[in-house]
Amino acid sequence: MTQLPGLLDTEAIRKDFPILDRVVHDGKKLVYLDNAATSQKPRQVLDVLNDYYERSNANVHRGVHMLAEEATELYEGARDKVAAFINAPSRDEVIFTKNASESLNLVANMLGWADEPYRVDQDTEIVITEMEHHSNIVPWQLLSQRTGAKLKWFGLTEDGRLDLSEIEQVITEKTKVVSFVLVSNILGTVNPVEAIVRRAQDVGALVVIDASQAAPHMLLDVQALQADFVAFTGHKMCGPTGIGVLWGRQELLEDLPPFLGGGEMIETVSMHSSTYAPAPHKFEAGTPPIAQAVGLGAAVDYLTAIGMDNITRHEHALTHYAVGRLLEVPDLRIIGPTTAEERGATISFTLGDIHPHDVGQVLDEQGIAVRVGHHCARPVCLRYGIPATTRASFYLYSTPAEVDALVEGLEHVRNFFG
Amino acid sequence: MKLDSMYQDVILDHYKNPHGRGLRDGDAEVHHVNPTCGDEITLRVRLDGDTIEDVSYEGQGCSISQASASVLNELLVGKELAEARRIQETFLHLMQSKGKAEPDDAMEEVLEDAIAFAGVSKYPARVKCALLSWMAWKDATAQALGETAGGKTA
Repeated sequence: MTQLPGLLDTEAIRKDFPILDRVVHDGKKLVYLDNAATSQKPRQVLDVLNDYYERSNANVHRGVHMLAEEATELYEGARDKVAAFINAPSRDEVIFTKNASESLNLVANMLGWADEPYRVDQDTEIVITEMEHHSNIVPWQLLSQRTGAKLKWFGLTEDGRLDLSEIEQVITEKTKVVSFVLVSNILGTVNPVEAIVRRAQDVGALVVIDASQAAPHMLLDVQALQADFVAFTGHKMCGPTGIGVLWGRQELLEDLPPFLGGGEMIETVSMHSSTYAPAPHKFEAGTPPIAQAVGLGAAVDYLTAIGMDNITRHEHALTHYAVGRLLEVPDLRIIGPTTAEERGATISFTLGDIHPHDVGQVLDEQGIAVRVGHHCARPVCLRYGIPATTRASFYLYSTPAEVDALVEGLEHVRNFFG
Repeated sequence: MKLDSMYQDVILDHYKNPHGRGLRDGDAEVHHVNPTCGDEITLRVRLDGDTIEDVSYEGQGCSISQASASVLNELLVGKELAEARRIQETFLHLMQSKGKAEPDDAMEEVLEDAIAFAGVSKYPARVKCALLSWMAWKDATAQALGETAGGKTA
């Protein structure tokens, strides 16, 4: 078996993930390489979800009975865990949403309805990048269409990095908000946060970071990032689906208006008007995803126990190995950085003229799960003149043997369509 | 291998040597996409009365979507509209059968090479690929006959 420096003890870790023992398609061992779409969940998270429903299920923040208090404590306890996980200065800066898309839409809507000095209107500009997931493009397109603000973006270089050569023309005095992805879900690129944040701060623009592909894989320190908002989702980091996070700076959350109205987010309500609860509750209308938040708290505990730095090191070693092995496959073209430097463990590629759909189907028959298509980042495919890619994405339980299985699988694909 | 039931030789042949590919004059043109995976087709229909004079197309996508367009061209060009609709409906029925339709001689007589797609119907993610050009043809024909403003996504 291939030994690489920095690898985690995957044999032990994989025991926590019952699904990884599955066999598919008549006895083929599952090789799960679709972690950028969603991660698998360890038993520790599944147990917590189950315990919650079996022992403590109740609605939160209301009622005086014991279960309601337990549920509230668990839900708010999850907020504490997430706050610590991202080094938030205050737990009240952590807003639970249903996913990263909702988090990003929430920011866009806060800014659309805000008063000065935050207001986005026809005299202002919004800046994104060409490598965004659709969830960090469409909310800003909507905001731009509704307010008349101009939408601008950074283009990409040939090797899959942001082209910041004209940063001063892209981010200007008119820019109200700059929103960009920390780690690309299609290219794997890790973006240079500091350069963008510095320029944004120089012109007084707010900074929003989509950390969906970063939070599962690296130490996320919202204070070090110096952003104003950071969005991510739970299900890509060993948590359940249906729970996302928006972190925002406290003074912004105090100043900005709510988006969704309803229960939980109010202070007092009359038939004429209402006053709102302080953040984070101001932005959490309705019964929240309680069990899911508790599950995310358990995921954070799980990842923290292994150590985010250890996970980063594991994935870096694996990415280095995978890039090298994939480049040995004839006709394979990596879309994105072709080294492991400043890139995450998500590798997109094309294989000659064979359509990714066909690649994915033949891989699936061998038990290898990859994602094919445009990965909700269609502008990236347009930029590189390709209809789609095949994407293999790794996580803390992925092994060099799985990289080898992928490479062998691709040989089989080539023979099949050759 | 089970995959062979999907990737029949007939399908791979059509994929590698497509029939009637390329855009020619038409009475109506539509552009359909499969949003989940990025398969795209631009398709034109030219009618002569009730007869389909030409179905021309240009597109990109997987072997299933491209082979399906080629088979469509081979099957429908020269047919009367009523007959073509019957073929289209039979193909749709086969593709929506989730692998349960038992292709018999009668069906094979209607579908000819398109019967090779029977195996695709077992793969829910790929049914849309196989149907892309057929939905585009239906839409383009409706437009050519002035039945609808059309232009929708499949």
